[in-house]
Amino acid sequence: MEVFFYLFAVLATVGAVSVLLIRSPVYCALALVGTFFCLAAIYVLLSSEFVAAVQLLVYAGAIMVLFLFVIMLLNLKSDQPFALKFSIPKIIGLAVTVGILAQLIGVLNSPAAKVGPSGEYTIERVSAEGATEVVGRLLFTEYVLPFEIISILLLVAVIGAVVLAKRYVASGEEESG
Amino acid sequence: MNVPVEHVLTLSAILFTIGVAGVILRRNAIIVFMNIELMLNSVNLGFIGFAAAMDSMVGVMFVFFILVVAAAEAVIGLAIMVEIFRNKGTLNIDELNLLKW
Repeated sequence: MEVFFYLFAVLATVGAVSVLLIRSPVYCALALVGTFFCLAAIYVLLSSEFVAAVQLLVYAGAIMVLFLFVIMLLNLKSDQPFALKFSIPKIIGLAVTVGILAQLIGVLNSPAAKVGPSGEYTIERVSAEGATEVVGRLLFTEYVLPFEIISILLLVAVIGAVVLAKRYVASGEEESG
Repeated sequence: MNVPVEHVLTLSAILFTIGVAGVILRRNAIIVFMNIELMLNSVNLGFIGFAAAMDSMVGVMFVFFILVVAAAEAVIGLAIMVEIFRNKGTLNIDELNLLKW
């Protein structure tokens, strides 16, 4: 089983690097979809089937389709060759990036990040009750306040998107909208 | 499934760093935005790794809320980009210097 984790880890990394290097925004988006699929597979391996399904539906489905819509709507010329021509700012950016990676790996492998099974939701219990059922029950009991708040957040986002994307008509013209 | 949590966290760190590199190095605003989504996803992976290692559901709930916030953020961000493109005709972040002092 572990071999699948490393397989999908390598694939996800390859997809992410493609997002970094490919010039065309459309191919970038497709590489990102591949990365999201690999992450969903890893979620399944980590026995979070519900999150994997939501990841596929929301990220690989909805959000990336939205990205592709906008890319094609705007008809972007594929941007000037990314080419690895190294200017000073790029070298500084890469150095900062490598520093962040070293720091992150150092922190995540420090003794402080050592964790053991301490919670009550063991794999056996979750798979006996059903992962989705556990998530649903928690969502409507312990986490009901954040749940209501994010529903309002989504409403605000929808209204905000409509207001932003509405084509403004110069004041003085008859028709509105 | 006995992948040590350190390996999951290392993958999470690598993906996050690639996202940071993309935000710093790319010049197309939409691709920068995709890299931000990649960073959000790498954090989700860290949460799921910890949740699996600790037999806890807190990480899963966090990922759920992060997903919703990411969806809202993507919608607003793309709407802003459509509006910027209408007004400026470009999404190259070197040319978008309206907020630069």
